[in-house]
Amino acid sequence: MSAPPAAQTSRAPGAAFILKKALISAFVALVLFSLMIGVRTEAGPQGQLIYWTRFGDLAAMVAAVFGGSIIVELLRQWWGPVGTVRIVPPSVQTTLAVARRGIAPVLLVFTFLVPVLFYDERYILDLAILVLTYVMLGWGLNVVVGLAGLLDLGYVAFYAVGAYSYALLATNFGLSFWICLPLAGILAAFWGVLLGFPVLRLRGDYLAIVTLAFGEIIRLVLINWQTLTGGPNGVTGIPRPTLFGIPLTPADDGLAALLGIEFSPTHRIVFLFYIILALALLTNWVTIRLRRLPLGRAWEALREDEVACRALGINTTTTKLTAFATGAMFGGIAGAFFATRQGFISPESFTFHESALVLAIVVLGGMGSQLGVALAALAMIGGFELFRGLDQYRMLVFGMAMVLLMIWRPRGLIGHRAPTVFLKSNQAISSDLVKEGHG
Amino acid sequence: MSGDPILSVDRLSMRFGGIVAVNDLSFDAERRKITALIGPNGAGKTTVFNCITGFYKPTSGAMRLTHDDGHAIQLQRLNDFRIAKLARVARTFQNIRLFPGMTALENLMVAQHNALMRASGLTFLGLIGAPSWRNAEQAAIDLSRTWLDRIGLLDRADDAAGNLPYGDQRRLEIARAMCTQPALLCLDEPAAGLNARESAALSELLLSIRSEEGTSILLIEHDMSVVMEISDHVVVMDYGVKIAEGTPRHIRDDPKVIAAYLGADEEEAIAVMESGT
Amino acid sequence: MDYFAQQLINGLVLGSIYGLIAIGYTMVYGIVGMINFAHGDIFMIGGFIALITFLILVSFGLTAIPLILLVVLLVSMAITALYGWTVERIAYRPLRHSFRLAPMLSAIGMSFVLTNYSQVAQGARVKPVPPIITGGYTLHEGAGGFVVQLSNIQIIVVITTVVLLALFTWLVSSTRLGRDMRACEQDQTMASLLGVDVDRTISMTFVIGAALAAVAGMMYLLYYGLVDFFMGFVAGIKAFTAAVLGGIGSLPGAMLGGLLIGLIETLWSAYFSVEYKDVAAFSILIVVLIFLPTGLLGRPEVEKV
Repeated sequence: MSAPPAAQTSRAPGAAFILKKALISAFVALVLFSLMIGVRTEAGPQGQLIYWTRFGDLAAMVAAVFGGSIIVELLRQWWGPVGTVRIVPPSVQTTLAVARRGIAPVLLVFTFLVPVLFYDERYILDLAILVLTYVMLGWGLNVVVGLAGLLDLGYVAFYAVGAYSYALLATNFGLSFWICLPLAGILAAFWGVLLGFPVLRLRGDYLAIVTLAFGEIIRLVLINWQTLTGGPNGVTGIPRPTLFGIPLTPADDGLAALLGIEFSPTHRIVFLFYIILALALLTNWVTIRLRRLPLGRAWEALREDEVACRALGINTTTTKLTAFATGAMFGGIAGAFFATRQGFISPESFTFHESALVLAIVVLGGMGSQLGVALAALAMIGGFELFRGLDQYRMLVFGMAMVLLMIWRPRGLIGHRAPTVFLKSNQAISSDLVKEGHG
Repeated sequence: MSGDPILSVDRLSMRFGGIVAVNDLSFDAERRKITALIGPNGAGKTTVFNCITGFYKPTSGAMRLTHDDGHAIQLQRLNDFRIAKLARVARTFQNIRLFPGMTALENLMVAQHNALMRASGLTFLGLIGAPSWRNAEQAAIDLSRTWLDRIGLLDRADDAAGNLPYGDQRRLEIARAMCTQPALLCLDEPAAGLNARESAALSELLLSIRSEEGTSILLIEHDMSVVMEISDHVVVMDYGVKIAEGTPRHIRDDPKVIAAYLGADEEEAIAVMESGT
Repeated sequence: MDYFAQQLINGLVLGSIYGLIAIGYTMVYGIVGMINFAHGDIFMIGGFIALITFLILVSFGLTAIPLILLVVLLVSMAITALYGWTVERIAYRPLRHSFRLAPMLSAIGMSFVLTNYSQVAQGARVKPVPPIITGGYTLHEGAGGFVVQLSNIQIIVVITTVVLLALFTWLVSSTRLGRDMRACEQDQTMASLLGVDVDRTISMTFVIGAALAAVAGMMYLLYYGLVDFFMGFVAGIKAFTAAVLGGIGSLPGAMLGGLLIGLIETLWSAYFSVEYKDVAAFSILIVVLIFLPTGLLGRPEVEKV
């Protein structure tokens, strides 16, 4: 009753409108699902195809779309039109800004304590290692996509190069993890330059498709070059990392025996956790540092306006190459870590899915924001784990989440850019002004 | 022409398919002088700029840039970023091309890229925070601060360039070009969209750049009050060819120039004639 | 020589299928400037719907092959077109004026949704069908006993492609819809000011692209006799490769690119190694883009300064 009349008049024809919209949606759903869900095909016992109907499922799906459409429409009326910027009071904004400043250290301290807090929970430790691996990959790709504005859809290729470099060097030549780690990074960077040199003058989606093709080429070569890579069977028996040459095994010369404590397999997990944490933090430190150097600033300038960069005498080709190589190097190092953690790698781990996942983390994080990428990795990988029980529905939910998140926040979670240098006040720049590059 | 040209354009031609945008154009820009390139819309002025700054490869012709030490560079042999880096030719754009998501200060820092790259030991010295790098960075910030002060934007140093008012963006773009420490500054319609007060301030800025920095300036401009006030030499183009050149006074009375403007745009022709009275 | 001729035929047939998918990519790219990553999966859905329709028709006792083919074609085109429309409506339209990467990510997400939707709905196993159309012609019998054959199904694939291509060219060049599409391609704001319904035109672009992908899906089913939920990914990448190779935004380019990719793949498999056929296709894409950055028939991109 207290609602303003304008709202009432706009809501009054709503009921019929909502119903009509829901009916249309339900009808569209009926047609879409009619054959795909209403009929199920399968190869029969003699190899010929048989089919049976599932009209119950079909009806349920259509009803769900009908109901869902009504709910969405009601929510939309409740929240007001999509895309309206709701005004946030300044006091709330400053509180949020303070919270945002505080969140990174809190997160960091918490991450350091994870092995202490969850020492007995192997599952959480494994998950934390996985999340940190993706945080590192996200930070690595962020250099390419977020800072330099180059769209790389084949990032997984460098991850694969790193993983296979370590796996092959270690199993064939017995090189240790700590020697291979930088080598894997260098080799990945080398491949980055090799790919980047000819293709970086391509722009936008052409670059995207070439990098995607490159990622597929690497995967296909890994599958087919059986004598080197073991083909689809992958490489097994990849050695575990040692602590200054001391293995983390129950053996007599193992770390537990030397320290005089009882051996536990958790030691190795905790060790791995701190390795990937250190690697991820190294990535972060280098990136933050680079942003304040002329090279990093040139990356961002490149994202903003390539023509202006050239007018200022910046060699855009080498600048792009360095971004590509830096990102590739971090990907390669993360790959080497992946190989040592798994002890086994195969081409299956390096599909386009991985590239898409890492890219989604970067974009969802808010391009160029280090904290955003970390949060996005946590949300994506953690969220992905939540749906582990759903098994085959997992990718379905993941895909839907990707679509919805993009519609909800096209600019990612953290939509601000922090300046790299300032005279008086370090104020964040709204993402509306920040370009996302054409390359 | 006698004197000491910093840039001499010799029989420059530029064709796009069948269209001849610039045809056999020759002119000189004197050292430490302001040379204006004027002409009706579509006369080919921006094309000349794009050839000089290497964004287009001219179909034929030569452009020679001579530094103060006598070192001469054939611009048509270099591509865009090398012209800016080696020949030290800086430019601005008709439609402003700042880095909108970066602050005013950052824009000026990017302009000092090549010097800072050397100082940061191609990034490696910078990464470990070597003192020599720190000093160079501070010097770059100081130079930026000086320029921000000169264009009256010191207070807005930490604001995103995209958030600045139009007139400020124009001046910031000029300051950014100046931070590359150019020998020749090419300005493409720097007064476009400015009001009378801003135009006057711009004229003052350009004159001070010429006198204090000793930078030679080549500018394209439609605002005749600016052209007449600050130019030492004016080159008039129409349909890709040079139709006149000389001092502003000389140009103003040239019947060919008036005819070109009358043929193209009455308002501009009136502006040319009125600026003389 | 005979062997080569046979591979040439096979390559052209495969290329026709790629070309049909590539048209969808090229149209969408031309009009909204985005890679519709879900398009490969639309092709896969088209294949599935053709398969299911075919099964139902056969189980109803229909035996007239031409009639079956016609019904399957129409049903799969219609339903798949609706998929294309829905995908645009849900995942792309809200992001039309957003940042460049958002629709791309949304499209990748949509591709995952469609792949896994069909896995959940129809199971993960490959679905084989017995050869529906058999027979063919022997074109040439070589001395060594090698025969160059042109099967009926190959003829059908090529004829269908040519007919659709002609129809489609007519649609784009001579109808009001085609004019609206070309107008939106040039300048959406201006087009809408001049009374073109931009939303509807874009929707129709997706609908037509999806319908052509459905035809490709059906041809694939007829030609290879199987579909599976994952076939959209590789076919999609290759078709996009074809679109880029031909010059994205150009319809004849898409077809030309499709034929080239089909030929490269077939000839590479025939003379070098089957394992590396995709590597060959992708490598050639990279090489072409390096030397011809806008593809074979694409308009050169002039950089405005």
